[in-house]
Amino acid sequence: MVASAFVDAFRFMPNHVSLLLDKAGETAELAFAALAIALLVALPLGLWLGHRHRGLLLALGVSSLGRSLPSVALIGLGIGILGVGFWNNTVALVVLAIPPILTNTYFAVEGVDRDAVEAARGMGLTEAQILTRIELPLGLPLLLAGLRIAAVFVIATATIAGIFGGGGLGDIMARQITYGLGGVFAAALWVAGLALLTAAALALAQRAASRRMAPRT
Amino acid sequence: MPTEAAELVFDEATKVYPGRDGAAVDHLSLTVPAGEICVLVGPSGGGKTTALKLVNRLIPLTGGDIRIDGTSILEHDLTELRRSIGYVIQQVGLFPHMTVEGNIGTVPRLLGRPRSWIRTRSAELLELVGLDPSYAKRFPAQLSGGERQRVGLARALAANPPLMLMDEPFGAIDPIVRARLQDEFLRFQSELRKTVVFVTHDIDEAIRVGDRIAILREGGRLAQYDTPQRILEHPVDDFVAEFVGRDRALKALALRTLGDLELSPATDDGLPRLHAGASLRDALALLVAEHRDALLVVDADGSPLGVAKREDLLQ
Amino acid sequence: MTGWHSAGGGPVIPDFGQPSACLKHNGWFCTDWMSKHWGDVLQPALVQHIQLTVIAVGIGFGIAFLLALVGFRWRFLDAPLGGFTDLLYTIPSLALFQLLVPLTGLTVTTVEIALTSYTLFILYRNIVAGLRAVPAEVLESARGMGLTRRQTFFRVELPLAVPAILAGLRIATVATISIATVAAFLIQDGLGHPIFDAIETPDLFKTELLASGGLAILLALTADGLLAYAQRALTPWSRLR
Repeated sequence: MVASAFVDAFRFMPNHVSLLLDKAGETAELAFAALAIALLVALPLGLWLGHRHRGLLLALGVSSLGRSLPSVALIGLGIGILGVGFWNNTVALVVLAIPPILTNTYFAVEGVDRDAVEAARGMGLTEAQILTRIELPLGLPLLLAGLRIAAVFVIATATIAGIFGGGGLGDIMARQITYGLGGVFAAALWVAGLALLTAAALALAQRAASRRMAPRT
Repeated sequence: MPTEAAELVFDEATKVYPGRDGAAVDHLSLTVPAGEICVLVGPSGGGKTTALKLVNRLIPLTGGDIRIDGTSILEHDLTELRRSIGYVIQQVGLFPHMTVEGNIGTVPRLLGRPRSWIRTRSAELLELVGLDPSYAKRFPAQLSGGERQRVGLARALAANPPLMLMDEPFGAIDPIVRARLQDEFLRFQSELRKTVVFVTHDIDEAIRVGDRIAILREGGRLAQYDTPQRILEHPVDDFVAEFVGRDRALKALALRTLGDLELSPATDDGLPRLHAGASLRDALALLVAEHRDALLVVDADGSPLGVAKREDLLQ
Repeated sequence: MTGWHSAGGGPVIPDFGQPSACLKHNGWFCTDWMSKHWGDVLQPALVQHIQLTVIAVGIGFGIAFLLALVGFRWRFLDAPLGGFTDLLYTIPSLALFQLLVPLTGLTVTTVEIALTSYTLFILYRNIVAGLRAVPAEVLESARGMGLTRRQTFFRVELPLAVPAILAGLRIATVATISIATVAAFLIQDGLGHPIFDAIETPDLFKTELLASGGLAILLALTADGLLAYAQRALTPWSRLR
């Protein structure tokens, strides 16, 4: 049965390349839009709190509350308030993406060696310069790790959104009658591929960022 | 507490690290008599810590031998060897998840001692190292640096080992507390009379603590092995003289007390007074400060013993 | 609407006696529905949800612990093992469920395999990191005191890793409670079931959504709190720093 599902899936793919690309595009659009909005909200807040060494409880609370939110219920809530469409899902995804970005940004900046910051301040760097030239580069690997967690989370949830009328690859996965088992399986493989590629790209960025700091290891 | 001590012999002990030029410890031969403190001292790269860790085989010997009471360390079972040697390091390395008593009881527990024995022993050792018995239930995170090292000492003594290895034990402690710990260490060492190998990079600490001092030079070669007095008064070469410092004559004065001198009869009054236990260095400092040539030595009750002249001190 | 999901079984806009005004207007918080259906909808779903979670985290912990021992003992295996668990973690839950269906069908087994595989990444990382975090001087003094490799592991490394292990368990448990709601896409088990039903009801049954979603959040926060308490109780020494 496994083998035949794969055979079906790989038979489905060549005949439906444009469908899969379209649907993958929808999922990616939803996911990356949500990620971008979440970044716009969480990044400045996390940087500021981390730089001021304030809001530890907020960062911790947001992270554990964020993990406990069931994505399905959040999507349902979005539908209940905003109705079915792009925005209800976007809002739900943004809410899910903010905690890992906020928490990791906070700890990335907060955890930078205080002596380095003290030395920079002693050398006459302004607070903004300390943030952009010292804390941000030093905290970048951890920050990117948070972004990666958020990205994986958001792609997974964007797929779930698809089964409730959000479009994308989840839409195919929810319609076995229309697309057949091969289609469902093909969509699942594409979603997995999308998530893995995104995670791999961010992992590479993360590695590059930490290499730059410690070239020898 | 029972006292026992072992004689420790380094016999051409050699350590060469693979892939590195030259030896870390080069044919080191010396004997530490039972019950004495041998201080290994020297510049960094002198191999003092390596030499110490050869003894409990944390670092394996490349050549030569080390014997404890005549038996080669290589003939001992590794675990038994280590359990029979007290080991104290600069960073202490207390187990953070165990109470002070748990830390002290680690080796006795492994040796199958009953709980009650460990409790008594722990209380005894805490008192010995100058900590209140109430410390038994505290965790390492609740202790100051000096207190941690006291517990480290107590832990090393727990199984009553005949030999102690101490690797810069007071190196991370501030000078005032360090001096107090050195004094207390010497006080209980005078009771216990363990054989101790003590590593430091601080020549003053070496002079203060050591019965004998081994000065190691670059490349792990022994430059001189002697009593502090002889090293200060008769350094074998320029390296040793340089290492002990230009003020070695003053340091040597610090090793002797007024009581060691032959005093002239006490006649002249109005001299500055100093008791017999004071060091010659302190006596000289007093003469310089007071612009005098002699002082009156008194005993603990203040009754005069005799007069010490400036030239007596400098002999 | 869902592929594997059979319609029916769950309560649509319920028809029992006289519905309250709240229910007629599909309000967000109709207490009469909640008290009426605690016994036949919410409580069974909650119990199933706890079962799903406990089994997944339990098995996941067992597997992650064994993997972590291997990755800790043989350092060169750490990166591949970590990478493997990371890969599993990255596959979106819905896709993993679907990919497993041909293998194990529309069963609890499928759901448990997927949920378990999500716990591995967090647990593996935390266990290995905890074992590795023992300070060098602590290990040196253990060695110097004559503790064998085995004694060092059981008396020093493992107890010192407990806070990190419990922190991993906390994160894994909370995440599993959240992801387990997606399981209702395959099987009619857990709090996801009433959530899916609520969403699929025409006009969306708000009270059922809020009640079951809220229960999931409450369950997650309770588990988080209990494990945090266990962490404090088991490792009194770790709070003192």
